[in-house]
Amino acid sequence: MSFQIFLQHLVNGISLGSLYALLAIGYTMVYGILRLINFAHGDIFMLATYIAFYSITSFLLPWWAAFLIAIILTSAFGIILERAAYRPLRSSPRISIMISAIGASFLIENLGILIFGGRPKAFPIAPIFSHVVVIGNVSISVVTMIIPIVAAIALIILNYIINKTKTGMAMRAVSKDYDAAKLMGININYIISFTFAAGSAMAAIGGILWGLRYPQLIPLMGIMPGLKCFIAAVIGGIGNIKGAVLGGFILGIGEIAIVASSPALSGYRDAFAFVLLIVILLVKPTGLLGQNSAEKV
Amino acid sequence: MLNIKDLHVHYGGIHALTGVSIDIPQNKIVTLIGANGAGKSSTLKSIMGLAKASNGSIKFNGEELVGKPTTQIVTKGIVLVPEGRRIFPNMTVEENLFLGAYTRRDKDGINKDLKWVYELFPRLKERIWQKGGTLSGGEQQMLAVARGLMTKPKLMMMDEPSLGLAPLIVKDIFSIIKEIHKNGVTILLIEQNAKAALEVADYGYVLETGAIVLEGPGKDLLSNDDVKKAYLGEHK
Repeated sequence: MSFQIFLQHLVNGISLGSLYALLAIGYTMVYGILRLINFAHGDIFMLATYIAFYSITSFLLPWWAAFLIAIILTSAFGIILERAAYRPLRSSPRISIMISAIGASFLIENLGILIFGGRPKAFPIAPIFSHVVVIGNVSISVVTMIIPIVAAIALIILNYIINKTKTGMAMRAVSKDYDAAKLMGININYIISFTFAAGSAMAAIGGILWGLRYPQLIPLMGIMPGLKCFIAAVIGGIGNIKGAVLGGFILGIGEIAIVASSPALSGYRDAFAFVLLIVILLVKPTGLLGQNSAEKV
Repeated sequence: MLNIKDLHVHYGGIHALTGVSIDIPQNKIVTLIGANGAGKSSTLKSIMGLAKASNGSIKFNGEELVGKPTTQIVTKGIVLVPEGRRIFPNMTVEENLFLGAYTRRDKDGINKDLKWVYELFPRLKERIWQKGGTLSGGEQQMLAVARGLMTKPKLMMMDEPSLGLAPLIVKDIFSIIKEIHKNGVTILLIEQNAKAALEVADYGYVLETGAIVLEGPGKDLLSNDDVKKAYLGEHK
């Protein structure tokens, strides 16, 4: 493989990895704070792309306004989802809330088919995004280039919120010791809502970038990325945000590496995630950056 | 300051507290002693709003606390230093202290209290950037108390502060309790170490299977025969 082609694949891998990282963060944040795998997270990702789609095509908004609205509405939807499907079950056994998440996922997917229609829609790509930039011998589309940049900015902002603000401190406290956090006077409901909003916003950003990169929208488009990004979060250590980012990149770059190494394997690109999951669960089940922490009774 | 009248608490079918009445006057140290499962922690939990009172009233300076959410109760000036310390292991000493002050908005007051707390606990000052989980048991207990102080409480409730600690450290903790009390904080102390608790307390209540069986000034309870037999060890 020539160096130029290798570079091309590397860029694609980093791009895909960024998308996976953005989506994996939502899974890991919600797990960290509620010990819940939000199976509906992939569908929230799907919703963001559709909101952006309709904002541009039906409401004729400029792309930047549409993207902003998609992020805001998706975050709001995340908050509503938590209130409706998860909060009422907070004192129920953990399996109940997991079942609710699966149910919410099916509900959103099928509502999507009902409302948006099952036929694929083409994500409208503003001309600015279709440019192809040539650096040296490598040609990269603008979209592929901005994905890691936008992801990096989003991650920097999230990191600031979590580590340098009062709310972020409260989030870290709640995810470590729910009851002790209550004793600090922390409003648990607010912190949980905020966590869902932040995770959904990350998913929305990921969804919009995904729509730009793979412009075919179907209501079930969130299933495979959702599953893969859940796996990415587990690989990195579920509950650990840095782990989610790491897992996302491992999955993204690995997937592209497989397709690049042999076109015959490209049909198996999705399988890579699952094989990796099995390996990690056998070798280091707490994930690459996860800690062996005993659950406090 | 705090008046509990006829408090009943149920955990499912279990009647944990069967009509408990306790008065905690301002600026006093009151202790609640009793065996495991007597209902001491349940009393504290219901004051904090962590356990629902099925009957009875808890009045703080005349205001009813039953039914109010924990966040409100904390802002009224009541803090609980929980059993087992429950400090945040993944956060530094200083972050733990700032979390104690979470509900406060007065930046200057918070910094002043931070300075005071570091004077009270010089061991903590040496370890400002250490993660809570790496502290020893005694240091964690100090952190838990310091964190409680950062809330600027009027009433500080402590659940078994001496549990699992070496006798020398226990001495330190109790002298700190006295020091805090001198600074105007009312204290409700729950302890299995009945001797140390009664020595420092102004008033004491003895709890047995959900009901108060004895009460009186600390010194009286110390010399009471029944208390001696049950909680202070048979005189050899």
